[in-house]
Amino acid sequence: MATTKLAFIVRSLPYKTEASRLALTHAIASQTVEIYLNDGDLVEASISYVGDGVLNCLKGQQGMKHYGITTIEGHAKNSLLLDMRVLICKEDLDRFGLTEETILMDAEDIGGEIKANIVSYSEIQKEMETANHILVC
Amino acid sequence: MGKLTIGTFSSLVGSLSLDFAVKLAEAAVKKGHKVDFWMSGNATMLAKKGQKAFKDYSYLAKTLQELIATGNFQITACEACAEARGYHKEDCPDGFIRKSMDWYLASTFDADRVLHIGGD
Repeated sequence: MATTKLAFIVRSLPYKTEASRLALTHAIASQTVEIYLNDGDLVEASISYVGDGVLNCLKGQQGMKHYGITTIEGHAKNSLLLDMRVLICKEDLDRFGLTEETILMDAEDIGGEIKANIVSYSEIQKEMETANHILVC
Repeated sequence: MGKLTIGTFSSLVGSLSLDFAVKLAEAAVKKGHKVDFWMSGNATMLAKKGQKAFKDYSYLAKTLQELIATGNFQITACEACAEARGYHKEDCPDGFIRKSMDWYLASTFDADRVLHIGGD
């Protein structure tokens, strides 16, 4: 029985490319990875938003209205619903003038129990140091 | 012998990231390592057969077939990403696999190294 920890680091802008959306969908895929592994083995993913990537966390995204596609906010909410560890870089939020009120912090409305964590970059660095593999998107 | 898992989102034409990733895979396989190669997003363009070699554009089909023939190289495309781009199972070159994203995460489980090229 073993657990492999993956740290997804999202630094891409939302919607400009597919990268941040793919980071989320790949991280969420960790929930079904057991079908390929031996009993008891796990792949555990966390998601950290840094740099321009913190803009993926903005509340009130209108992807469906304007482009007819699901929002990144919706995927981010699903990651919280699945109890994934979510870290958002405080220094980068400050840089954009964003606060806890303007970004997605929980998935309470769909039954989520955990919250996203606004942390300093040093915390995100620790997350990377404890991961087996880092996946920058 | 080790295992390297490479994941990429970059497209075949318009970026040299896939060329780099395939060269790295080739070097690893030549050294006796096993390589799992995952393509998501625009990288699934690599999983489309019938690509023609032009001097101005990247052409990796031949190298990939040689790598598959070694038995130490698995190449897998994200099925949803490919379907969304109109590449269906019958469009896939011989030896290529199509799976969902959890295949990639499972491959990282016992990989000695993971190289993820998440840009476009």
